[in-house]
Amino acid sequence: MSEWLEKQLPKLVLAPSFVAILIFVYGFIGWTAWVSFTKSKLLPRYDIVGLIQYDRLFVSPRWDVAFSNLFIFGFLFIVISMLLGLLLAILLDQKIRTEGIIRTIYLYPMALSLIVTGTAWKWILNPGLGLEAMIRSWGWESFSFNWLVDPNMAIYTVVIAGIWQASGFVMALFLAGLRSVDDEIIKAAQVDGIPKWRIYLSIILPSMAAIFLSAFIVLAHLSIKSFDLVIALTGGGPGYATDLPATYMYTMAFSRGDIGQAASSAMIMMAVVFAIVVPYLYSELRAKND
Amino acid sequence: MNTKLLIAATAALTISITSIAKAEPQAEVLHWWTSGGEAKSVAVLQEEFSSRGGTWTDMPVAGGGGDAAMTALRARVLSGNAPTAVQLKGPAIQEWYEEGVLADISSVANAQGWADVLPASIAGHMRCEGNWCAAPVNVHRIDWIWANAAVLAENGISMPASWEEFNAAATKLKAVGITPLAHGGQAWQDATIFEAVALGVGGPEFFHKAFVELDEDTLKSDTMKAVFDQMRTMRGFVDSNFSGRDWNLATAMVMNGEAAFQIMGDWAKGEFLAAGKRPGIDFLCASTPGDGFLYNVDSFAMFDVDGADKEEGQMLLAELIVGKNFQKVFNMNKGSIPARVDVALDDFDPCAHTSAQDMATSNAGGSLLPSYAHGMALRGAQSGAITDVVTAHFNSDMSSNEAVDMLVSAVANSM
Amino acid sequence: MTKLNSKYADSGYIQKLILRSLLFLLLGIFAVYYLMPLFIMVTTSLKSLEEIRTGSLIDLPREVTFTAWKTAWSGACTGIQCEGLRPFFWNSVLLAVPAVFISTLIGALNGYVIAQWRFKGANLIFSLMLFGCFIPFQVVLLPMARVLGIINLAGSISGLVFVHVIYGIGFTTLFFRNYYVSIPVELVKAAKIDGANFFRIFISIFLPLSLPIIVVTVIWQFTQIWNDFLFGVSFSEAGTQPVTVALNNIVNSTTGVKEYNVDMAAAIIAALPTLLVYVVAGKYFIRGLTAGSVKG
Repeated sequence: MSEWLEKQLPKLVLAPSFVAILIFVYGFIGWTAWVSFTKSKLLPRYDIVGLIQYDRLFVSPRWDVAFSNLFIFGFLFIVISMLLGLLLAILLDQKIRTEGIIRTIYLYPMALSLIVTGTAWKWILNPGLGLEAMIRSWGWESFSFNWLVDPNMAIYTVVIAGIWQASGFVMALFLAGLRSVDDEIIKAAQVDGIPKWRIYLSIILPSMAAIFLSAFIVLAHLSIKSFDLVIALTGGGPGYATDLPATYMYTMAFSRGDIGQAASSAMIMMAVVFAIVVPYLYSELRAKND
Repeated sequence: MNTKLLIAATAALTISITSIAKAEPQAEVLHWWTSGGEAKSVAVLQEEFSSRGGTWTDMPVAGGGGDAAMTALRARVLSGNAPTAVQLKGPAIQEWYEEGVLADISSVANAQGWADVLPASIAGHMRCEGNWCAAPVNVHRIDWIWANAAVLAENGISMPASWEEFNAAATKLKAVGITPLAHGGQAWQDATIFEAVALGVGGPEFFHKAFVELDEDTLKSDTMKAVFDQMRTMRGFVDSNFSGRDWNLATAMVMNGEAAFQIMGDWAKGEFLAAGKRPGIDFLCASTPGDGFLYNVDSFAMFDVDGADKEEGQMLLAELIVGKNFQKVFNMNKGSIPARVDVALDDFDPCAHTSAQDMATSNAGGSLLPSYAHGMALRGAQSGAITDVVTAHFNSDMSSNEAVDMLVSAVANSM
Repeated sequence: MTKLNSKYADSGYIQKLILRSLLFLLLGIFAVYYLMPLFIMVTTSLKSLEEIRTGSLIDLPREVTFTAWKTAWSGACTGIQCEGLRPFFWNSVLLAVPAVFISTLIGALNGYVIAQWRFKGANLIFSLMLFGCFIPFQVVLLPMARVLGIINLAGSISGLVFVHVIYGIGFTTLFFRNYYVSIPVELVKAAKIDGANFFRIFISIFLPLSLPIIVVTVIWQFTQIWNDFLFGVSFSEAGTQPVTVALNNIVNSTTGVKEYNVDMAAAIIAALPTLLVYVVAGKYFIRGLTAGSVKG
C-alpha cells in the first residue's frame, strides 16, 4: 500500500495544480468560447446564437486598428527589447566596477507598475511639456518629437515606454547567460587571438539559445498582456490609434456592456497566443526529451 | 378562543417583523467620487446617514469615468456579493434592472413624493418598468462654453451666439496667437464637443432623432455632415498638443489666458472656483450656441441584497440622496444643480442660476435632452460605437461623408 | 614578443581608454533613459502645487517640501475617508505575503516532480501550465468572480490570495522546473537507494540547493502580485482593497484640482516595497537566473 503511494506520490503532488489549471485556464477559455457565441450584453448569457460576434468583430474598424497594433507593438517591443537587453548585458559584462548600481538602474522599471509611471511618461513624451519643450528651450528651436499626439506615430511611444519597462529584465537574463558561459572556452579563444566580437558572435551567443527563448516567452507574455501601458500612457488615443486587443476587449466588456463582443476578441487573441507559444513549447520540449 | 390566539400570534409576528425592519441601516456604497471636492460632498451624505443611525461602508473605485467601478461591480454581482448602493446613471440603470439585480425603492419614492419634485424626463431615468429603481443626485449641464473674460475683452469678442460667430471669433484669436479652443483629445472629450455642436447645428429635434432614437436617415442626413464639417473646423482651433490632455489641464489653459474657450460640462466651473476665479468677472459661462439643454444626471441604484439591515440602509440612503439638504450641499460643491426643482438656489453662483432657468424652459419646451457623450441617451455599446467614429474623425483627415457612412455602419454593428 | 608588444603599448592604452570612455558614455546615456521617469516623479513629489503649476516639469524643485509625501501616506482622500495609502498598505501585505509563499512552494514541488520524477505525460502537463501563463487576465475576471462566489471567498483577502496563487502556478513551475532539470537525476536515484522518500529528498537535497531560484521566483511573484490592479479592484470589497486600488483612487480622480505632487508621492510609496526588493535582492536575482535558466 505504502509502496503504491510512494510510487504515485509525484503524480498526486502535481494533481492539484493540474486540476486548477484545467479549470481556471482551460475551463475559462472554454467558457469564453461559449460566451463568444452568445449575445451577452451586460452580464454573461448562455443561449448560443452563432457567429454574430465574430462577424461584428471583423467589420469593426477599431478592431482592425487594435489587431494590427498588436503586431506592430509586439514585433518592435520584442525585437528591440531583446537587442537592447543583449547590448546592455554585453556592455555591463566588461568588468565594470559600478556594475551593481548600473544594473539596478536598468532593472528597476520592472518593479514599478505602469499605473505609477504612466503619468511621468506622458509628461516626458508630451511635446508641450517634456522632451521637445526641454530641448527647444536649450536653443534647438526646430527640434520636434511629437509622436504622442500624432495618430500615426503614437503606437511607437507605447513601444518606447514598454521597452523602458522590460529591457532591463531582458538584460538581466542575458547577463546571467553571459556569466554562465564556460570561461575556459573564452580564454582558449583569446589565446588563439580571435577578436572579441568574433568570440561573442560565434561562441558565446550560440551557447545562450535557451536564454533567447526564455526572454522571448517573457516578452511575448508582456506584449500580449499590455494593458496598463496603453491605459496609462495614451488611453488608447489619439482617437483609438493606440488600441490593443487587450484594451479593446476590456472596453467592450466593462465600459460598453458588450460581453459577447469582448469574448470573441478574446478568442482571437488566444488564437494568436496559441500560434506563437505552441511552436515554442514544441521545440523547447522536444529538445528536452533526450 | 382560537381566533384570539391567532390574533395574538399575528400581533407578535407583526411586532417581530417591524423590529426586524427597524434593524440598524447598513450600506456599502460603490462610487467613483474620490477627488477632494467630490469626496467631501459624498461625506455630507455619509454624515447624514450616520446621524440617522446608519453605518456607511465606503467602496470607492476611481478611474476612467467609472469604468473601473463598473468592472468591480460586475465581478461583485456575479459572485453574489453585490454592493448595497452603486453610482449608476442613464440607460445603464434599466440595463442592470433587466438583468434582474436591482431593488425596488418605490416605497421611499412615493412616500417622499419624488414624482412631484423631479422634472419628468429626469424622473424617467429613475424608473424601471414603472417602479422607482434609482435616486438622482444632481443635474450636470454638458453644453457649456467657458471663456476667459479678459482675453475676450482684449480682442473685442463677445460670447458667441451661433457657431458662425464662434468660428469668426476663433479665427480672430488664432491670428493673434491665442489658442481659440482649449481641448483635451480624449475620446469622451471629443464626444462632448461633438454633441454640443450637433445640438447647436441640428437643433433639439435632430439631436433626439439621431442620438436617442438612432434614426438611420438622420444619422446619414446632410445635417449630420454639417455637424462633422463644423467638427473639422473646430479641429483647426485646438493647439497641436491637445492629444490625451486631461480636461482640467484644458481648463487651466483658459484660466491663464493661454486659450480663450473651452466646451465642457459644468464640473469645469469647480476648477475655476477652486483657483479663486470669479464667474462673470474672471471667467464667463454660457450655453453653447443653439437651443436646448443636455443633461447628465448622476444617480445611485440599489442592488438586491439580503438582510433587513441592508434593505433598511437602501431606503434611508434613497431618502437622504433626494433630500433637500444633501441636494443643495452636494451640488454647490460639485458645480451642478439639484435634480429636484424645489431647492432654493440663493447660495448658488450665477452659472448655476442660468443652468436652472434653462433647464426649466427646456423642460417646458421639450428640448431638455439626455447627453449621449456621458451615457445618458444610449446604452454603452451604441454610444461607444458613435464615439469611436467621432474620435476617429476628429483625429484624422477623414471627410464628413466618410464619417457619416462609418457612423451608420457602426451604429448598425453595435446592435 | 614582449618587446614587440611594448612598442604598441602606448597606442593600445589610448585605444583602450577611448573604448572605455565610450562604454561609460553609452552606459550613462541608457542610465538617463531608465532614470528619467523616476527623476520626474521624485522631483514632482517634492514640489509645491504652486511650483508645479508655474514651473517646467523637468526642473529641479526650487523649494523642497515633504508635505505631499505626508498627505499621500496618511491624508489623501481615497473616497470619503482621507487616510492616505496607509490603511491599504497592510491589505497588500496580507495579500502578497501568503500568495507569494504558497505559489512559490507549489512551483517548487511541481518543478521538482516535472524535472526529477518524470512520468508519461509530465511534459504535456508542463506545456499546459506554461500556456496558462499567457491567458489575459481580463478573460478570467467574470468566471472567476462566479467561482469565488460559489466557494464563498468573494470580496475577501483569502479570495485574492487564491486567485494569485492559481495564476502564479505557471511561472513558478517554469522557474523551478528549469532550475531542477539541470540537477543530475542520479542524485535522486542514489538517495532512493539510501531509502529516502519523495519528500525527504525534496526537503534535504533540493530545497537547500534552491536559494537562487527561490529568490528569482519570489521577486517575480511579489512584483506581479503587489502591482496587480485588475484582480485587486474586481475581487475586493470595502476594507480589503489593496494599495494599488487606493493609489488609483488618488491618481485617477475624475474632477477637481489634480495634486500631481501627491499623486507622484503616492505612486512612489506604493512602489517602495517592490523597489526595495529589486535593490536589495537584485544581486541574487542575476545569480539565480545564472544558475537557473541557462542549462534549462
